[in-house]
Amino acid sequence: MAPLVEMHNIVKIYSNGVVANNGVDFQLEKGEIHAIVGENGAGKTTLMKILYGSEQPTSGEILINGEPVVFKSPVDAMKKGVGMVHQNFMQIPSFTAAENVVLGHEPAKGVRLDKKKAIEVTKELSEQYGLFVEPTAITETINVGMRQRIEILKILYLGVEILIFDEPTAVLTPQETKDLFKAVRVLIEKGKTIVFITHKLREVKEISDRVTVMRNGKIMGTMKTADATKEGLARMMVGREVFLDIHKPAMKRGEKVMSVQDLSYVSETGRTMLRDLSFNLYAGEILGVAGVEGNGQTELVEVLTGLRVPASGRAVVDEIEVTGKTPREVRQAGVAHIPEDRLSNGLSLASSIDDNLIVDRFDKPPFKKGLVIDQKVVENNGKKLIKEFSILTPNGELPVSSLSGGNMQKVVVAREFSSDPKILIAAQPTRGIDVGATEFIRDQLVKKRTDGAAVLLVSADLSEVMSLSDRIITMFEGEITGVFPNASKVGEEELGYYMLGVKRQTAEEMEAML
Amino acid sequence: MSINLVLKGIFSALFLASVLRISTALILPALGGLITDLSGSINISLEGTMLVSAFTGVIVSGFSHNVWLGVLAGIAAGVLFSALLAYFHLYLGTNIILAGTALNILASGGTVFLLFMLTGDKGSSSTLASGVVPTVNIPIIKDIPFLGTVLSGHNIFVYGAFVLAFLINQLLYHTKFGVHLRAVGEDPVAATSVGINVRKTKFVTILVSGFLASLGGLNLSMAYLSSFQRDMTAGRGFIALAAVYLGGRKPWGTVLAAILFGIADALSNQLGTLNIPSQLVQMIPYAITIIALVVYGIRNQQKLIEQTKRFQERELARSKSEQQD
Repeated sequence: MAPLVEMHNIVKIYSNGVVANNGVDFQLEKGEIHAIVGENGAGKTTLMKILYGSEQPTSGEILINGEPVVFKSPVDAMKKGVGMVHQNFMQIPSFTAAENVVLGHEPAKGVRLDKKKAIEVTKELSEQYGLFVEPTAITETINVGMRQRIEILKILYLGVEILIFDEPTAVLTPQETKDLFKAVRVLIEKGKTIVFITHKLREVKEISDRVTVMRNGKIMGTMKTADATKEGLARMMVGREVFLDIHKPAMKRGEKVMSVQDLSYVSETGRTMLRDLSFNLYAGEILGVAGVEGNGQTELVEVLTGLRVPASGRAVVDEIEVTGKTPREVRQAGVAHIPEDRLSNGLSLASSIDDNLIVDRFDKPPFKKGLVIDQKVVENNGKKLIKEFSILTPNGELPVSSLSGGNMQKVVVAREFSSDPKILIAAQPTRGIDVGATEFIRDQLVKKRTDGAAVLLVSADLSEVMSLSDRIITMFEGEITGVFPNASKVGEEELGYYMLGVKRQTAEEMEAML
Repeated sequence: MSINLVLKGIFSALFLASVLRISTALILPALGGLITDLSGSINISLEGTMLVSAFTGVIVSGFSHNVWLGVLAGIAAGVLFSALLAYFHLYLGTNIILAGTALNILASGGTVFLLFMLTGDKGSSSTLASGVVPTVNIPIIKDIPFLGTVLSGHNIFVYGAFVLAFLINQLLYHTKFGVHLRAVGEDPVAATSVGINVRKTKFVTILVSGFLASLGGLNLSMAYLSSFQRDMTAGRGFIALAAVYLGGRKPWGTVLAAILFGIADALSNQLGTLNIPSQLVQMIPYAITIIALVVYGIRNQQKLIEQTKRFQERELARSKSEQQD
């Protein structure tokens, strides 16, 4: 029998030149739970977006029940029975659960809505599939688990046969995850077919029938889950061809400059993103944080730089507690920050390069002269940094938005490095920028560390963490799962096991090395 | 005149009747402001729309000697005028506040210009004998003392305003279009994902809001007064927007808020007879608008802070108890 879905030689090149899918062949059998695993940027989400119509492939073919289909929008895909359970819920906050389930296709008697029918339909679907929701509850007041069930009911109401779950457990508590898995099994009993995107190997083993591993926009292999081991999957996911060649002088580790003690953070949606994190940072070292994105790294950086307030615990820089302080106070304590989102947090796009280079110091001499800013000094400062950091621009008066991604990031780096920080927290410093700028920024990071600064490097790029760091910690689900005091002595596979929670060091093992 | 007389004036059936009459010119545009606001676009040009309709109604009824033709022309002009706003904003991508402001200025200057062209007067259309819509005497109620004076004998716009408030309430909460309108306003991405056409929904909403504002304008020039006066809307289109927020973005709340502003307006008319500088008295409706919005803002903020606090406490407790499991 032909597979339910066949995707042939799918290629997707985004307009910025990123190749997200490079000749992918994927088959989905009727009635199976098919997990797709891969690191961030491996292309799994893009592949599924193509299947449910929100992205169009550059080339390639999709067959459903052996029949070629072309989806111009998710609405097209829905008509052919393909639906997506979004990670960010597509729901109207002020509507009731039932109203959201039937949104866009409301039952009506003449012009008047049939609200009773909407509630009945929701109840029926809810009972049929074991997805409990309170039909009359207002969506914004209910918890994430139930909102996800609404999302599932919504596409079931439209009669989909294939449900794509995009990292559905990323927003759920452990109990909610259990409930979801129960519901997924009921869906299969009722004849539905499920694609499950994840990077949690434990979940793959627990829920799926088959698993496909993706890496760098290609499929590395598809196998029966029963035949796969976590170790084998981890190896396929993170295996890497090239290693970066970075000239790095021997480390001269200095004094302890930052100490993080029992740090915890709970997100707005009630998820515990950081759980009792403790570690120290020393002058003259690069401490790398390795982990699949979404395991608390963003929250860690934002708590340490004053952008979020922790639920408990503290971070101390030179005996000054910096947690709960404003970003400005944290900076004054000697902490510089390269934020992961340079467009919204790192730069003011409409302002000039010169102005962006002084936003953290315009109120201090020599920039401040009396009540006004000395434009001459600002301009000279810009000239100097543009030269020093090889920012490609005719002059410093142009808005930052006129620069390429790599040069924008150089502006951030130039500002943060020239503030002469004791501690430098760099989050995804080379994400999405060209090779030249990447190399330059990496060299600068190493130089800063050799000059005696402490660097905390958070990156989703494992080879970057491995080749730059002196010491590495791995994070998984908001906890430190391992610490590797000699970064050059640890293999990527080994790190992969810790990043994916397959292995875990005990607190005693780690204590001395943190 | 003594204060006693003023007080007597305020606590009279005639005063309440005047509140209803004055409020009508606020209720109608406020309903228009409400639906556009709920659909996610702010119709800042209610003021201009009212003015254009008020003008068109007077001119057409004056020259055609037909009241109803004037009303129809006024409605058509108002709807077309808001269609301009919708086209600029939704199809050409203009910022709606800028486009709306430009249209308001156009309406203010354009009506005076045309008024001068057509009647030779720059301030008012009083030389033109224009029509006035009929009033309605409600049987039985009109004979009840006090209540009859308050409720009966108003022009059709006054009753129309309340009927429309009811209909808008039905539209928003009991029809597909209303549900889609609110969905589009709250989360256009989610609305699109289920196949709702965001642009079309917003377009139709702006046209309906133009219709409502045009009735408000016609009420001013063809019922409340019987002529067009330069800039006769006097900020009512903006006060109507304030009423939307004060009314908690709900139809009947908006009507109540509009009536509150109507009371302030009627009050300033009554106090005009006192020996207080008239400029001060005329400030009352606007001052009350500001005060009301401040009070509403503070109350809302407190509510929000409390809500967030409760949410965080609950979620922290939940996450703790789950950890212990």
